Amino acid sequence: MKIPRLLQAVLVLAAVYFGFILVFDIILDAVIPSSLLAMYMFFAAAGVFMVFTYDEEQTRELVAPIKALVEDPSKRPWRNIVFVILPLAVGGGTYMQMQPSFEAPLELRTIHPAPPSTAKIYGKRVNLLKLENPLRKIEKEDPEQFRELVNEGAAVYIRNCQYCHGDKLDGKGPYADGLNPTPLNFQDVGTIAQLQESYLFWRITTGGPGLPKEAAPWISSMPVWQDFLKEDEVWKVILFLYDYTGHRPRSWEHE
Amino acid sequence: MNRPRFILGFLIAVLAVAFGGFDALAQEVQEAIAAFAPAPKLTAADYPTIAGVNSRIAVWIFAQLHLWFAAFVLAVPIFVFIIEVIGMKTRDKRYDDMAYEFIKVSITAYSLTAILGGGLLFSLILFYPHLFNYLSTIFSETMFYYALLFFAESAILYIYYYGWHWLQGGFKKWVHLTLGLGLNAVGTTLMLLANAWLTFMMSPAGVDAAGVFSGDGWAAIHNFLWNPINIHRFVANIAYGGSIVGAYAAFKFLTASGPQERAHYDWMGYNANFIAICALLPLPFAGYYLAAEIYAYSQQMGITLMGGIFAWLFIIQAVLIGTLFLSANYYLWCGMGRSDGAKRYTKYIKYIAIVLVGAFLVWFTPHTLVLTNEELKALGGPYHKILGPLGIMPAKNTAVNVMIIFTALSFMFYRRANKVATVSWVNAGNAIQVALFTAGIANIMFLGIYHGYFTNTVYKVAASIPQVLTTVLVIVGSITLDSFIYKGSREVAPLHWGRIPGRAQYALFLLAVAFTWLMGLMGYIRSGIRQHWHVVDIMRDASPDAFTPTLGFAANVVSVAAILFMAMVIFVFWIAQVSGNKTLPSGYWKEMAT
Repeated sequence: MKIPRLLQAVLVLAAVYFGFILVFDIILDAVIPSSLLAMYMFFAAAGVFMVFTYDEEQTRELVAPIKALVEDPSKRPWRNIVFVILPLAVGGGTYMQMQPSFEAPLELRTIHPAPPSTAKIYGKRVNLLKLENPLRKIEKEDPEQFRELVNEGAAVYIRNCQYCHGDKLDGKGPYADGLNPTPLNFQDVGTIAQLQESYLFWRITTGGPGLPKEAAPWISSMPVWQDFLKEDEVWKVILFLYDYTGHRPRSWEHE
Repeated sequence: MNRPRFILGFLIAVLAVAFGGFDALAQEVQEAIAAFAPAPKLTAADYPTIAGVNSRIAVWIFAQLHLWFAAFVLAVPIFVFIIEVIGMKTRDKRYDDMAYEFIKVSITAYSLTAILGGGLLFSLILFYPHLFNYLSTIFSETMFYYALLFFAESAILYIYYYGWHWLQGGFKKWVHLTLGLGLNAVGTTLMLLANAWLTFMMSPAGVDAAGVFSGDGWAAIHNFLWNPINIHRFVANIAYGGSIVGAYAAFKFLTASGPQERAHYDWMGYNANFIAICALLPLPFAGYYLAAEIYAYSQQMGITLMGGIFAWLFIIQAVLIGTLFLSANYYLWCGMGRSDGAKRYTKYIKYIAIVLVGAFLVWFTPHTLVLTNEELKALGGPYHKILGPLGIMPAKNTAVNVMIIFTALSFMFYRRANKVATVSWVNAGNAIQVALFTAGIANIMFLGIYHGYFTNTVYKVAASIPQVLTTVLVIVGSITLDSFIYKGSREVAPLHWGRIPGRAQYALFLLAVAFTWLMGLMGYIRSGIRQHWHVVDIMRDASPDAFTPTLGFAANVVSVAAILFMAMVIFVFWIAQVSGNKTLPSGYWKEMAT
């Protein structure tokens, strides 16, 4: 038996929807966000519409059941049922969407703060556009000394940072569960791998209170590390972050 | 304004040469340069309030409307010139008629461009006098030449348009084509000059830290972001112009009175869509180059642009770009109905659609997700371990290359639909093409995954170049091969121009609307990343509107401007139609009464 085209289209969309749920929520145990799923489904529906309507004959076949429902006198009872159920379903859905809930409101913050061009760090005005890690050049000049610096950075990290950012640098330190926003995962290819070392220096030294005002609310609990660490300790920690994760700092020169 | 000072300087120089020689001239020039003032430090009192009008919104809307029309009227002569050349080479008059009809549409738009440009100029002078004064100090010469070129552009355009039917055949056609070339040269130069002003505001050059002009005008023009913007705008304008004339053809198709007219405007719509797609294909690369250069110029602007406060507008941008690809493909698939031989290829359309939609989903997946509190807890942070990596550029570049390749495949199927190859090696040729596509896609995936996620940022950004080259190789290679396979081919049946559903015309409308909205939003972002600076790091914006508005507010302003623009475009289409209407009032004129 040939499945009517309208039903085919509905089945394809249902399969895509449940496919996403099955793959992400059940198999991978990484829930697919409802906002993203809604966007995915909108464009999956657009794709289905395109495939089912590019041909005139197939389009007629697709809309035939809808046309019959509206125009065919023999379908009157069905028409009445659909015309009652459909507005009720839309109204019910809208009500469910709009009704107040006890859930805390969403905080749509900008996660990536843009650095200022200059910042006051360790009592001096620093040009963040030109700032470079003074220890980075040792990587080529003296690999042995560089290894020592990385180890010193590791020690600073373990003493100060791992409580939140985790001993695997994955943002899952012992305190991480108590924080919102959660500490950054440095292993993620979208965090320090995308950034220049000057950016990390600015974020570490000025912490949550040093974040720019233009994309409030900032509720980061990152301490102002320039009050607790020396400048060279911060640069060493930065060396360690890149060394441990295997990422390279963003730069514009080939190595 | 320093024009009087320049003129004075020039007169002094002439007198100095006449009476004192070159030493004196050099001294005068030095003094003239030393006379440039630093960028003014403004306060809120330096911004006039006029009739309660919001200065920023007034300038914003005028600038945006001017830019949309300017993009259109600069682009149309480019492809009109190409179509006219095709008409001359093939001696097919249909091309010449189509080129004329395209330029006819742009004539009214040209007047509107000038009017809106005047509006922008007045609003800048009235609302931001100190900024305008500072910019005109640096760009006085380019502004002067801009005005001269504008007159030249008008003169050439009017001769080109009104002389179209006069300058036909033989040497006269060559003269007409030369005028077309001149029109494009002048138009493009105008765009390059205007681009210099706006890129100077983003990446100032030729000035010191206090904004004192060195006197080197070329340095100010040739600033860091000038060429990336030039390339991006040039390509985007062609795609945009194609989409607007496509919307015109769709409008005429839907209002056509007979099958002949429908066939004509169907053919015109197809050609307009072809132009738009051809320019759309390289556009993501031009955009990526521009964004990479912005990032290279300033980490601050780069992060603000794509990771910071404007990141969600970029998601909207991605959605709109995907919409462009989907609309363009849908139009091609609907167009297969013109051919009786298309059935052989339509079975592949669903697979192309699956790949296109799949790549599109990757293309717009955000890096930072909008999550409910429950989802945030379940994921343990704002990043998704599976979807997060799709949020950064290597995944996007891979996705867009795949989308481009499959759009080209749709186009190839469309071209093949009505032909039957007669060469003996057709199977071998098809096998080579399949191999080319497979190897190309595999290479794009490898470059995107390996260099995107397992090497450092330099290689990550650089890998986009071989990705693009692979895409170009696949498209050019397969189309070239196709032309050999189908050499001497026979047609299944004549193409039935006009045999296309009305909804395909709405795909053309969608293309134009999506382009317009996209340009408005991205134009706002480009300008908005300056944040509280008129000229980045040189001249601070001290007006009450120096803050960055919310994304919703900005999107509303752009949307209102887009609606205004669309209303004006409909007016342009209507005027183009009205000019062909003739009324014979019975008994109105003396001759008729007798």
